[in-house]
Amino acid sequence: MSITPEHPAALDRRTVLRRAAAVGMLATPAIGLLGACATSGSDGDNEQVAGGTKSEKNPLGVKEDAAIEVVIFNGGYGEKYATDVHEPLYKKAFPKAEVKHQATQAVSTVLQPRFASGNPPEFVNNSGEKLMDFGALVADGQLQDLTELWDAPSVDDPSKKVRDTVVPGTIEAGSFNGKPFVLYYVSTVFGIWYSAKLFKDNGWAPAKNWDEFITLLTAIKAKGITPYGYAGANAAYYQWNVILTHAAKIGGTDVLKNIDNLEDGAWQQDAVKQAATAWAEVGAKFSDKSFEGLKHTDVQLRQNQYKVALYPSGDWLEGEQKKDTPAGFDYQLMPVPSMSASDKLPATALRATAGEGYFVSAKSKNPKGGLEYMRQMLSTAGAKGFTEVVKAPTVVTAGSEGFSFPPGVASSQAALKAAGQDVFNLYFDGWYKELDTEARTATNELMFGRINADAFVERIQKRADAIKKDSSVTKFKR
Amino acid sequence: MRHGKYPFVIGFLFAPVALYVTFVIWPYAQAFQISMTNWRGLSAPQWVGFDNYRRLLDDGAFWKAVQHHGVLLLALPLITIAIALFFAFLLNVGGKSSGGQRQGVWGAKFYRVVFFFPQVLAVAIIAVLFQMVYRPNESGLINGVLMKFGLEPILFLVKPNLALWSIIAVLVWQAVGFYVVLFSAGMASIPGEIYEAAEMDGATKVTLFFRVTLPLLWDTLQVAWVYLGIAAFDAFAIVAVLSVDGGGPDGATTVLAMEIYRNAFVYSKYGYASAMGVALFFLTLTFAALTLRLTKRESVEY
Repeated sequence: MSITPEHPAALDRRTVLRRAAAVGMLATPAIGLLGACATSGSDGDNEQVAGGTKSEKNPLGVKEDAAIEVVIFNGGYGEKYATDVHEPLYKKAFPKAEVKHQATQAVSTVLQPRFASGNPPEFVNNSGEKLMDFGALVADGQLQDLTELWDAPSVDDPSKKVRDTVVPGTIEAGSFNGKPFVLYYVSTVFGIWYSAKLFKDNGWAPAKNWDEFITLLTAIKAKGITPYGYAGANAAYYQWNVILTHAAKIGGTDVLKNIDNLEDGAWQQDAVKQAATAWAEVGAKFSDKSFEGLKHTDVQLRQNQYKVALYPSGDWLEGEQKKDTPAGFDYQLMPVPSMSASDKLPATALRATAGEGYFVSAKSKNPKGGLEYMRQMLSTAGAKGFTEVVKAPTVVTAGSEGFSFPPGVASSQAALKAAGQDVFNLYFDGWYKELDTEARTATNELMFGRINADAFVERIQKRADAIKKDSSVTKFKR
Repeated sequence: MRHGKYPFVIGFLFAPVALYVTFVIWPYAQAFQISMTNWRGLSAPQWVGFDNYRRLLDDGAFWKAVQHHGVLLLALPLITIAIALFFAFLLNVGGKSSGGQRQGVWGAKFYRVVFFFPQVLAVAIIAVLFQMVYRPNESGLINGVLMKFGLEPILFLVKPNLALWSIIAVLVWQAVGFYVVLFSAGMASIPGEIYEAAEMDGATKVTLFFRVTLPLLWDTLQVAWVYLGIAAFDAFAIVAVLSVDGGGPDGATTVLAMEIYRNAFVYSKYGYASAMGVALFFLTLTFAALTLRLTKRESVEY
């Protein structure tokens, strides 16, 4: 599970549609029955091809002439990166193999019957409005364990494992209860965004620690610009993200791990309280009360109009705001500032994750071929090609080098590089939606001055405890 | 002919009844069934008996929503009917009489059309419109004006104690037009002679309204009350689109449909959401039954 780099409206709509379809299934008994007999067919008699000989060029032991079928979600990233980059790479490595390509905008419509009849394609880009539920696929044993892929030598440097060529956290993002099943390919970095132009014109510099940050906010306020803000109406999670990132920097990444694992008192950890106290002060002194009634696009537009100086978001922001951004605005990312010298993580540490999911079907004819396809995708050439076609950075560290990104993504990539191994992620919002909702509400209460940090951590902890006790909720661990 | 009557009637009723059973009765029945399970939309549901209902009892959000329905139930019909009656009276009998016929105020025909406008708009569009009206900064319709005069903006949807009333105002604004038309139709069927006679006896407009119009409109009013009451149990679209943070701030504007939506489609707790749905079903039913009973009164024949 991971955060997909899309604005919340799209995310919500997607989940809604997917789940609405699920309800529809139950409401119409005939279809429900169909579904029932469909699932029973999943242990079909799909004969898997024998393995090929393992060699340096073929570490996974793929059968050289076995066909592989690739299904790509034809959405925001299109299908060109697959047909022009990844598929030719596979062909080059295995000239005798046939690569069947299919693109669709409704992944589940096309593939659900294939999975049901036990004849799934080898490689799937499961994304978009009609994506199949990853958790359900995992539970049903449909996904190939990717451990073998991550441990395989990389295409470019056989002395390096594939897992060492990607941004830290990539494997975890696609893991379910510790087992990697999904490859999230597109890199996403979170932080606080500002306009390089605005900062340059006023002689401001991004802050590294809390004192600098408060000084900066004070200076911006003196200029008559709202120093900091997020949209309370629909994007409060942009702000809990900042608070928790800050908490992780203060107390180390275990703070977030405890929260994700629903440990007792996880939200009441001192680091979370400290971060909440600090940000409540920012909300009270350096923000605008009216932002609670605004949507993310409204606040983002105000930033483009130089009415707001700092805005928390992920690095999809620059692309999202493309048509509203004035020339020379120059988006830049600043990692959430550290609290003090006694922080567990350095000031450069940040939250980053990966989006856009790909998997290999365990019950397909040629799962090894699917894994090999992923290995090719994760080569420098594969990643570079993807980035050149779709202008988005991948999780492959070497793939983004030398490519001239727009200024915002360039700065987030630089920040990611500067962070080194101090990159972390959190998962509770994808695992436990109720906890996400509670955190959003509590964040608005905190940031707009209706409760203090103690009440903030207490009320979220209460909900976390309730979820922990709720036997109907599937629990995840990391 | 007589002995072929039933097959004939049944033959005609079969199609509509089958449709009604499949698409209305059956889903209702299923909601009851699902509410007794812990179904989460994927694997087969497990029977949990009344667990979901027990859980409802200490769900703060649920009770908040019920409380809001209480407020809506009083405020929405009262305010809407009062305004609609006032307008309908002005449009139909509020003006001078000419040739023995009561007339509406000047321009009544124009107003009648204007009042009906909101009814023509889709609810979602109204909600989006009011986002603009209530916007808490200088680009909001109301706050833009206020801020021009150097006043502080009013945070309509953000202040917890103002948010619900801002939502109610939209619901009223949307509903009034329809009830003006409904009451107008009711008033048009009141014979002019009664007004004439009352006027000859020296009745003022106020007396006319309370002594003639209102009693003769009682049946229509009753219908309006039930309709609006049922509308008060809905309010989902406006709340979902207009309120901050989906029924916020901190649940200050949430309604049952919002909680059902959240539990089903965000938390995937279809069983629990169904239990809320069943609760809502009984609330609405009780209300309709009570209202029809309480407002039962001898209607005046004329």
